[in-house]
Amino acid sequence: MKLPIFLDNHSTTPMDPRVLDEMLPYFVEKFGNAASRNHAFGWEAEEAVNQARERIATLINADTKEIVFTSGATESDNLAIKGVLEMYKEKGTHIITSSTEHRAVLDTAKSLEAKGLATVTYLPVDKYGMVNPEDVRNAITDKTILISVMLANNEIGTINPVQDIGKIAKAKGILFHCDATQGVGKIPVDVQAMGIDLMSFSSHKIYGPKGVGALYVRKKNPRVRLVAQMDGGGHERGMRSGTLPVPLIVGFGKACELCRVEMDTETTRIRAMRDRLQAAITEALEESYLNGHPTERLPGNLNISFAYVEGESLLMGMKDIALSSGSACTSATLEPSYVLRALGVGVELAHSSIRFGIGRFNTDEEIDYTITKVVEIVTKLREMSPLYEMAKEGVDLKSVQWAAH
Amino acid sequence: MAYSDKVVDHFNNPRNMGSFKKDEEGIGTGMVGAPECGDVMKLQIKVQDDTIVDAKFKTFGCGSAIASSSLATEWLKGKTVKEAGQIKNTDIVQELNLPPVKIHCSVLAEDAIKAALADYQKKADTKAGNTE
Repeated sequence: MKLPIFLDNHSTTPMDPRVLDEMLPYFVEKFGNAASRNHAFGWEAEEAVNQARERIATLINADTKEIVFTSGATESDNLAIKGVLEMYKEKGTHIITSSTEHRAVLDTAKSLEAKGLATVTYLPVDKYGMVNPEDVRNAITDKTILISVMLANNEIGTINPVQDIGKIAKAKGILFHCDATQGVGKIPVDVQAMGIDLMSFSSHKIYGPKGVGALYVRKKNPRVRLVAQMDGGGHERGMRSGTLPVPLIVGFGKACELCRVEMDTETTRIRAMRDRLQAAITEALEESYLNGHPTERLPGNLNISFAYVEGESLLMGMKDIALSSGSACTSATLEPSYVLRALGVGVELAHSSIRFGIGRFNTDEEIDYTITKVVEIVTKLREMSPLYEMAKEGVDLKSVQWAAH
Repeated sequence: MAYSDKVVDHFNNPRNMGSFKKDEEGIGTGMVGAPECGDVMKLQIKVQDDTIVDAKFKTFGCGSAIASSSLATEWLKGKTVKEAGQIKNTDIVQELNLPPVKIHCSVLAEDAIKAALADYQKKADTKAGNTE
């Protein structure tokens, strides 16, 4: 077993070597511009892009013409929300989204609000982090032009009832954008069945290269139109100008194909590792709490709060395992995870959270090692924790007058 | 973020981790911070003849908070009560090479020292008052 272990597969994933193999010829040998219509170099590149588009569209049950290549999911989210608003602002400027969206959606919404271009409703989530479709329905006004709700959350893995939201959007004639960055390639996604009109996703989350993503833009029932956010050569049906990064797109296509073909076996394997990790940790350590939905969750996701110990110190104690924490100390901001806060998780438990992200290349041996390490470090840090000591003495920590600083 | 070697050392080998009984003779206890802020420090001193003969800590917090309090106990031992009151957070920042985002950890350690000293003083004053 090689150290350090990568258990942060929600942040990014290692590229599959099979993906790299397909990309390699498109750097030096087949370098053409896919927009060059008049020579063999261009045709060769265009053909490769077409094949990738086909593979990507197949994974999500879309038409190839509905795939718009972007630099990644952040750009896709921006393009979807800003592009729709600009196109349909005569109809209305109200947007509905949820409080646990990725910052690419939340900050886009906030920036539009700040500029006075839109009004935004941020829907609450339940204690598992799930959006209630009825809340979506109730938030709709005659000015609503877009609903943007994510498929699966990047911190807690909770999967939203997207299909129900899609139905509501369709019935009301409102466009539905879904940030499916964490879901595509991991769980079945069908834009038709789910009633999705626009969908953001990314290559590097599914063992493809970084720097490329896509926005699915529905072509009929209804035909969705966007105002491009970048001016230029009018690539991607005028929605996203810029020369296509052919090698990245080829890799993205291959990554999607692998996910489609291997999803069933991969999901079974990853879920088994995740369930084993969860069971072993929660059995060995009292007061370890699952964050997120107990069943409606990404197969590779596990987010746990370990009461009385702080997240960053946990990560520091497990330096040879790459993980992430909802603790404020690990980020530039002083507030702990807004996602966990939106679930109603107490601030102190939010500070104590660790996110495990299991992926394609993790092994049972790595999971065993992680279990041992987690139990060891949590036990050690609890011995060091004045809060644990007080709790053991029977002090109700909530009754203590803390001097907040 | 990379931690300094000294922070890592204190984190892996905390000095004087543990607790004294609060009501024991000559013990001063300082508890500062709050769970919702992500750090709570408990620092205790044991004073004999105006000298700190032992010190202990328990900390809930990031690695830098743990290191700051561990270092504080090391520095406290052997100092007089007056000398202990002169330990500054900037000394801790310098010793542990704390980055700007971790300065609050050193401030908390200084606060914990001051709180422990104040608690010791209060108990000593009460005792003196009682025997008069």
